[in-house]
Amino acid sequence: MVHATGSFRSDIRFLLGDEERSLRDIDPQMTVLEYLRLSERKSGTKEGCAEGDCGACTVVLGEPDGKGGMAYRTVNACIQFVPTLDGKQLLTVEHLKSSDGTLHPVQQAMVDTHGSQCGFCTPGFVMSLYQLWLDGGEDDRGAINDALAGNLCRCTGYGPIIEAARKAGGVAANDAGEQKRRADVAARLSAMVDGAGTLALEQPAGRYYAPQTSDELAALLVQHPDATVLAGGTDVGLWVTKMLKRLDPIIYIGDVADLKSVSETEDALIIGAGVTYSRAHDALGQVAADVGELVRRIGSRQIRNAGTVGGNIANGSPIGDTPPALIALGAKIVLRMGDVTREVALEDFFVTYGKQDRQAGEFVQSVIVPKPAEGVVFRAYKISKRFDQDITAVLGAFAIKVIEDKVADFRAAFGGMAGTPMRAAKCEAALIGQDWNEASLNAAQLALAKDFAPMTDMRASKEYRMLVAQNLLTKLFIETNTPEIATRLVGKEAAHV
Amino acid sequence: MSDQKAKVEMDDLVAPTAGLSGGVRSSSKHDSGPKHVAGEAVYIDDIIEPYGTLHLAPGAANIAHGKIKKMDLSKVRSAPGVVCVLTADDVPGVNDVSPAHTHDDPVLPDGIVQFYGQPVFCVAAETRAQARAATKLAEIEYEELPAVLSIDAALEKQQFVAPPHVMKQGDAKSALAKAKHRHAGRMEIGGQDHFYLEGQITFAIPQEDGDVLLHCSTQHPSEVQHNIANVLGRPANAVTVEVRRMGGGFGGKETQASQWAALAAIVAVKTGRPAKFRLDRDDDMVMTGKRHDFIVDYDVGFDDDGRICGLDIQYAANCGFSADLSAAIADRAMFHTDNAYYLGDVEIRSYRCKTNLVSNTAFRGFGGPQGMVAIERIIDEIAMTIGRDPMDVRIANYYGTTDRNTTPYHMLVEDNVLPELTDDIIKASDYRKRRAEIDAFNAQSPVLKKGLSLTPVKFGISFTTTFLNQAGALIHIYQDGSVHLNHGGTEMGQGLFIKVAQVVAEEFQIDLDQIKITATNTGKVPNTSATAASSGADMNGMAARDAAMTIKNRLIEFAAEKYGVAEVLVRFVPGKIIVGDVAELAFADLIKQAYLARVSLSATGYYATPKIHYDRETASGRPFYYFAYGMACSEVLIDTLTGENKVTRVDIIHDVGRSLNPAIDRGQIEGGFIQGMGWLTSEELWWDGKGNLRTHAPSTYKIPACSDRPDDFRLELWSSGRNVEKTIHRSKAVGEPPLMLAISVHRAIADAVASVAGHKVVPNLDTPATPEAVLYAVADVAKRMIEQSGQPVSVAGE
Repeated sequence: MVHATGSFRSDIRFLLGDEERSLRDIDPQMTVLEYLRLSERKSGTKEGCAEGDCGACTVVLGEPDGKGGMAYRTVNACIQFVPTLDGKQLLTVEHLKSSDGTLHPVQQAMVDTHGSQCGFCTPGFVMSLYQLWLDGGEDDRGAINDALAGNLCRCTGYGPIIEAARKAGGVAANDAGEQKRRADVAARLSAMVDGAGTLALEQPAGRYYAPQTSDELAALLVQHPDATVLAGGTDVGLWVTKMLKRLDPIIYIGDVADLKSVSETEDALIIGAGVTYSRAHDALGQVAADVGELVRRIGSRQIRNAGTVGGNIANGSPIGDTPPALIALGAKIVLRMGDVTREVALEDFFVTYGKQDRQAGEFVQSVIVPKPAEGVVFRAYKISKRFDQDITAVLGAFAIKVIEDKVADFRAAFGGMAGTPMRAAKCEAALIGQDWNEASLNAAQLALAKDFAPMTDMRASKEYRMLVAQNLLTKLFIETNTPEIATRLVGKEAAHV
Repeated sequence: MSDQKAKVEMDDLVAPTAGLSGGVRSSSKHDSGPKHVAGEAVYIDDIIEPYGTLHLAPGAANIAHGKIKKMDLSKVRSAPGVVCVLTADDVPGVNDVSPAHTHDDPVLPDGIVQFYGQPVFCVAAETRAQARAATKLAEIEYEELPAVLSIDAALEKQQFVAPPHVMKQGDAKSALAKAKHRHAGRMEIGGQDHFYLEGQITFAIPQEDGDVLLHCSTQHPSEVQHNIANVLGRPANAVTVEVRRMGGGFGGKETQASQWAALAAIVAVKTGRPAKFRLDRDDDMVMTGKRHDFIVDYDVGFDDDGRICGLDIQYAANCGFSADLSAAIADRAMFHTDNAYYLGDVEIRSYRCKTNLVSNTAFRGFGGPQGMVAIERIIDEIAMTIGRDPMDVRIANYYGTTDRNTTPYHMLVEDNVLPELTDDIIKASDYRKRRAEIDAFNAQSPVLKKGLSLTPVKFGISFTTTFLNQAGALIHIYQDGSVHLNHGGTEMGQGLFIKVAQVVAEEFQIDLDQIKITATNTGKVPNTSATAASSGADMNGMAARDAAMTIKNRLIEFAAEKYGVAEVLVRFVPGKIIVGDVAELAFADLIKQAYLARVSLSATGYYATPKIHYDRETASGRPFYYFAYGMACSEVLIDTLTGENKVTRVDIIHDVGRSLNPAIDRGQIEGGFIQGMGWLTSEELWWDGKGNLRTHAPSTYKIPACSDRPDDFRLELWSSGRNVEKTIHRSKAVGEPPLMLAISVHRAIADAVASVAGHKVVPNLDTPATPEAVLYAVADVAKRMIEQSGQPVSVAGE
């Protein structure tokens, strides 16, 4: 049985709008979208893709912020599993109208700007706009783009929706009614789950555990070394919706409090494995502007609100966006099994395609991201068919230190060029100790062709991957030597800090 | 007759009628807007399922071409929840859902697989998850046959779904021989997935006598009805199809709904239980047709001014495994070879290639975009060859008004507004000044380059298959004066329903909220054409108006007789009817009186587009009632190190005639432009060597996202807009034409690429202009420039 610090319970408790729910005997891999549409008969939330890419299923999740209020965020209901709702408030498009039938300001703005045509994506947009409203509203186009990047519309061309975002405004931070509402919800949620034990579903439909501490998690994983570790579900969710896999048991790390912190030492950032991209964004942006810009372009707001840096590493994808950047920065990860922890350089964690240096029963506990040393310039370039919410074709990340025109240190890591995120050893060697000039740049580019033999797939051909990877070195060269030359279509701010 | 008189009055309307809420010319909001935003608009998957509803899932082939040697479905049949499993043997009637009676679109294939992902069997189970899981248990053995996976391979094999077709005017060959300059080239044009947000879905509910009611997300309920009747082996009156709204269509639900509807109908009739077939997104993208990819080969002759004097052009369309609508689509590409230009002596050949890929289908523009993107590239290449601004070459080639005004299909262009529109947009976009600024920018920016292009659209309005240009409507007025409106057009988000309701509100001079908009239903209006070819409002608006006028004329006759005034003195004004100086009646009061006097308050309406005719044998006639026009100026920025590109500013002026609803029209223009931009930039379909589509979900297939909309987007409905033909309130169709405004984006990217070599080398930029395509074009231009250096750049005419 569960090695819980306290008791455990077998019902999933959450608020659906203002209504309390306590679910038992539910398939732990039922998605929130299926639950809403089939069990609750709330069909406002739509399925457009069932993989977290179109946003038609966007809902808002709230949880106590630890300060007496509520923290809200958008997620894709199509890839979230129902038990992850435990201790949270779920808000859907059906909850926005007031009881007298008046549309919410974001709904009214969408009507007024002719923001819906076929209307199928609209509930998802409304929820993303509602989140923007909860956050106080937004007028800046870039910020609106970021908030809506995870919602696809095929009809409008987005203009009226952007206008609606501006028009709807937002709730004032000091709005007393809103503050009270949030405090009440937080109190209700606390009363429902605080001290009520660890959620552990052991039922014919499948097993699911949501440990609350790392110790509990470590014990559970030793007991169930074959368990699927679930963090944000932005990858695991697709194993269910697209690959039709049965996952049993599932161990969810999203409730492990001590994995959800970002801490800082003098020379490094330590990111707990349960920290979402959204929560890590600011801190990573402080490490280097290009890391922040990279995180901004990972998935969408909904994905970043769920997905974790730890998950991006642990799933071992060759095209995850954070690993190349973290490798170039010299990051390490802390792995734990039972009571034993060990540190591994991130580049060594990725063994080959589909294989990582992680034992059964072991989990990624945290990521240690060193801050660039004095004089080190960091650059990361993500190349994809679309700027926002696209999976990378090639990602180049570089940490270069030039002293008196000589390359004193150089770390280059790439994604999309091999079966794992990988350092370009020959390229690095070609530059270190050389003058930073066109001749050494050319040598480094030639060496790069010896480091990698990329493959052709739907994202890019092998030839393009190599050519653009080499050109990214040129871009680095230009940005470090002649910063006055414009080199960025997006993320311009990042290039000049 | 008052009928004629009323028409003339309505045609003169230039502004919304005062005192009327929601008549024509008003920017009435989409009727479903408040329901969309609240999640209350009911799509087919939202209809509450009756007890016992079954769910379907398709079992797909994993080869592109081959014989099914053995299909063992025993494990599928015994899987949990499975109620029935269908194969070709279970089709009770005709195993075909081809739209043009080509008998090559099996519901399920009988022995031969023709593309990777083709459904070969189908499962119905108690839940959707059970049905999907069961499909994985099939054991199928194939004998693989050689697969034709490209246009070139099909051309080599001369393998077509329909015979080649030729359209010509004059003698292209000798004109080319005499031309002062010639330029030949080849362009590859990619396809496009519709990516409607709501995937294909049908919900079939069995009725008595073995009949079936289908809730089907389709643009063509009548065709689904007829196809499913054939599949069931029943007369058409055994099948009723209803569609209240689609979550997007874009052409993808014109013919592609039938297969899923057929399977759901078979299950419903066979089991007596409701049956729902909703495709998963990935299955939808793999199993349903897309915009045709094309290869275009051309040889153009022109004079020192860039004026075209001869063109030989050949289109090869990738139709996939079956004909579907490919013949008409390939025809429309030919019809739009000219776009806005007089081509002189021209020969257009078209090949409809049969490949072992999914069968391609209608998509907004219907072949027109492929024709137009080619000629716009040709114009740019002419301009670069003679060293002129491309805009000037465009103007030099525009159709004339009194001469140079016959199309390659021998139709006179009688409504050309482009010279006037061009003046307006050159001014509004500040084109000349910006051209100079961009040159200056590019001179000092080694990595990022800007490009600019201004392109016109002239798009023919009417189904080129003439008999399709008919529509019907049905109006009831109930005793309380409330109006029930129905017509054969379908609502896919484009605002057709609100526009038609506005027409009826205007006719009766009643507020829009008195009119109930109702679901399209084959039991109400029969034998309809697809809501397609941009014709929805033109035709259904006219048909609804015809129905309204029938009732109105009865009311006029009744009121005139009852109150003893002449009919001409009975006038409908906002909210009431003035009967000479004798009476003033509220609309509802007149209706009540008419009912009591036994006047029929229900009428059908009908419309057939006048003037059009076309002889396909000679490729001549007047296939189009009129043309829709528009222009767009796009500015882009490209990264010459990566090929990434971004549209930074767009100016559009579009001619919608006199708009029925300016807000709805703007939505169509903006949305069409962005959709076209996606087609030409980020949307890439990619098949692996086995013919397996690998871009089958939004994770791999990239339609424009919010940030792709240019920050600076300026759109005007042309203030001088007009329609010389008597269309519904002199408006113009707006569904498809704006998509092709986005050709300016592709041309602007090519312009930026060409700047790398000082516009002295013509870039080979195909579509879509992905970062990869752009980077290759940049590298290619640079390489050819180096090859040319040391010798004078060949500028023709020197």
